[in-house]
Amino acid sequence: MTSYILKRLIAAVPVLLGITVIVFLIMAMIPGDPATAILGSYATPENVARINRDLGLDKPLVVRYFIWLGNLVTGDLGRSFSLNRPVLDEVLERFQATLILAGVSFVLCAILGILAGVVSAARQYGLADKLITFVVLIGISIPSFFLGMMMILTFAVNLRWFPVSGMYAIYGGGDLPDLLRHLAMPATALSVVATGVIARMSRSAMLEVLRQDYIRTARAKGVHERKVIMGHALRSAMVSIIPVLGIQAGFVLSGAVYVEIVFQWPGVGRMLVDAILKRDILLVQGGVVFVAACYVLFNICVDVAQSLLDPRIKT
Amino acid sequence: MAFLKLLFRNKLAAAGLIIMGLVVVLAVLTPWLPLLDPDVTATGDRFKPPFSAGHLLGTDHLGRDLLSRLMWGTRLSLMVGFAAALIAALLGSTVGIVAGYFGGRTDNIIMRAVDMLMAFPYILLALAIVAALGPGLVNALIAVAAVNIPFFARNIRGVTVSLARREFIDAAKLAGMGHLRIIVFELLPNVAPVIVIAMSTTVGWMILETAGLSFLGLGSQPPQADLGSMLGEARSALITSPHTSAVPGLMIFVIVMSINLLGDGVRDALDPRLRSGALTRPRAVTQIDRQQPAPEADGASLLALQDLSTEFRVAKRTYKAVRHVNLHVAPGECLGVIGESGSGKSVTALSIMGLVASPPGVITGGAGRFEGQDLIGASYETLRAMRGDKVAYIFQDPLSTLHPLYRVGDQLCEAIRSHHKVTAREARTRALELLAAVRIPNPESRIDNYPHEMSGGMRQRVSIAMALANDPEVIIADEPTTALDVTVQAQILSLLNDLRRERQLAIIFITHDFGVVAQLCDRVAVMYAGQIVEEGPSQAILDRPAHPYAKRLMACVPDLGQGRRELEAIPGLPPAVDRLPDGCAFAERCNKASQACRVGSIELVGTSDGRRAVRCLDPEESLS
Ligand code: SF4
Repeated sequence: MTSYILKRLIAAVPVLLGITVIVFLIMAMIPGDPATAILGSYATPENVARINRDLGLDKPLVVRYFIWLGNLVTGDLGRSFSLNRPVLDEVLERFQATLILAGVSFVLCAILGILAGVVSAARQYGLADKLITFVVLIGISIPSFFLGMMMILTFAVNLRWFPVSGMYAIYGGGDLPDLLRHLAMPATALSVVATGVIARMSRSAMLEVLRQDYIRTARAKGVHERKVIMGHALRSAMVSIIPVLGIQAGFVLSGAVYVEIVFQWPGVGRMLVDAILKRDILLVQGGVVFVAACYVLFNICVDVAQSLLDPRIKT
Repeated sequence: MAFLKLLFRNKLAAAGLIIMGLVVVLAVLTPWLPLLDPDVTATGDRFKPPFSAGHLLGTDHLGRDLLSRLMWGTRLSLMVGFAAALIAALLGSTVGIVAGYFGGRTDNIIMRAVDMLMAFPYILLALAIVAALGPGLVNALIAVAAVNIPFFARNIRGVTVSLARREFIDAAKLAGMGHLRIIVFELLPNVAPVIVIAMSTTVGWMILETAGLSFLGLGSQPPQADLGSMLGEARSALITSPHTSAVPGLMIFVIVMSINLLGDGVRDALDPRLRSGALTRPRAVTQIDRQQPAPEADGASLLALQDLSTEFRVAKRTYKAVRHVNLHVAPGECLGVIGESGSGKSVTALSIMGLVASPPGVITGGAGRFEGQDLIGASYETLRAMRGDKVAYIFQDPLSTLHPLYRVGDQLCEAIRSHHKVTAREARTRALELLAAVRIPNPESRIDNYPHEMSGGMRQRVSIAMALANDPEVIIADEPTTALDVTVQAQILSLLNDLRRERQLAIIFITHDFGVVAQLCDRVAVMYAGQIVEEGPSQAILDRPAHPYAKRLMACVPDLGQGRRELEAIPGLPPAVDRLPDGCAFAERCNKASQACRVGSIELVGTSDGRRAVRCLDPEESLS
């Protein structure tokens, strides 16, 4: 198992390098002098000279890449000019908030989605199946940002169940119940579409598995139907559901950007949008590389989970 | 055309198509509709509610007419979405075709790059591009298109790779055509439909993504507004004037939903296997639909089938797989059921414990009595308690009938613990005993194997051990040796024979091999087209078959008792069980068939001692 994880980690190195190359190339598309672009309104001659020296911005592209990469691996993502602090500090702080939001949403959509899919498949064509199919169709069609706004209107403004926005109450907040109250709506809004997609995939995966011969074997030996569905069938279905979870995690992470804006969640997505509007290039660059790298690592976890589940995968 | 028909048979997809068509038509016609100017501000008319005079949907925070802005915004969103889809399709397909057509290094490098692009959560890439180019609708469009290029590249490459190996490409190369000409004139026409389908499934997605970027303030800039930026601007007035948010938001919802419906329909129409109705899950117990009350119990057999009928109901067709079958078996006895594939022998066996896949299987009549108790129509819990405990099954191919993700020991323990309250350790000890009983060497090391780590013969021994787990009275073995090679077959047969002697097991052995019958079975029933056509002691039937079908079966088997024999050698095919002829089902293939054989129904006539019976008007041997 350790060797398998190690193998996956080593295989991830070229992907991570590729990510840095892609981000670097995109940022190199910025028209005009890079130093002025990065500094924006802070482009005094001294600053330009300094940043040219630090980042080698007057050197050829390849050299600039390696200087940047060198800084990157030592944990130096540059300095945000709009916030006047190191990019890494800001990204790490913001990423925590995103991780809470996206993580909870992901767990929510994985559990609810799989459960809905299993129920739907086990009760195929029954009332529950039809109801779930209908709700899922609606769910996957509502953009998270619109859903979030409607939720604020209904549950925060009219019913006053939850706070309108933010992560903690300004006065007297800061503990776990406070966090959960703030988290409930954004996490739900963020998970709806992914829940729908996962429910659909789980349903068809379950239907596929329930037709297999080994399910008949389980029934023939007198295993309880509940165990046949939740054990034998679901376990096999998970083999095709887990990759879907990996992909959906990427969509949850993407959707977090909108939800963070709508609910003013102090996460990395909102930070990126603000940074783009303020033309804080280094902050965008650092944030994108950091989150993309985390996503690659997350996908390694997905692969490992898959190999734990399926003994036929060569480890 | 057939495709469109399929699409329209799906009502939801048709609804999606109609709604989408309506939205597109309205968007196209917007400049000619009698709408107010979308950009004229009127500070006095701010936030008018819907249905105000002159403003059907009300006005926004600058007093602009919402209906007009909605129409123009929809138009813009659709245009940007389509444009992004077009660009992504064009560039992505080009990349995909180049990679797929040239293959080798080119393919490798390109696909590596594509994989890396796909390693990003899509919005990060889009944000990075917008960050570099600056906010604006055109830049948002570029970003969304760019993010979707890998999707097209990967799909189109797959199709191209399979096409590039076809003869017509080779022929074109031999004819001296240049690469560009081959790609444009030979490859492209074949790839184009795939590109169009990929576009139709992603365009909704791209509309949503561009709207999203605009919502974030990174797309269309004021005063120009697409649906996303309308929603974004309305956000600050969400609480006081929710209608300004609801109008563009609902429109996005309607567009995305109709495209989703359409996409589902397209997918269903293209891949019939995924059609909502095609994939059904079998229930825990076969459905029962008895036409007549169950027959009275007769005799005191251990297990007896009386007048059992099972059919498959698929759409409007009914396949009568089993028709009025009577069978019985006593302790220590082995009954063979033999027939070609499709003769109904397996369905008969599965009907006993309600294991026929249902839907589409339905048991339509008869009784299956275990020690006198009727199992047909018994409650699920009654059946479950008996499955594996009183009556156990061994199936054909142990690779597909054992669960691939559980260790064999766990599967054995589960069989035990489904019927007996024992601790995990006791179950494991018992499982080891069972593995030893079926002569698996080194049970201690084998018990933690997964099925794929064992040979076919070992796997089938595990299946037999599983069937023995609760000391059942009856074992139903459904072609348990067919998937195995000859020597292993012989070992498994002798194992079953020994077990039957030692444990007084009753075995119903389903097979298509008379050699197996000769080795193992005391009595045999020959099935054809869902009916028993002959039955009696194995030796008597092997020596003097009475039914022409049985005789022909055996004629195909020159030397009994050796190796593997198939029954396919009889000319002709069994009749389709949804269109059974009158009279004898074998008449088409029988060389003794007369006029009388094709009318009415032919009864199974037994000898006076009840030992043999045959369903034939002109049997090969006179039994009386
Ligand atoms: S009943 Fe007639 S057709 Fe059928 S097997 Fe006998 S002789 Fe042949």
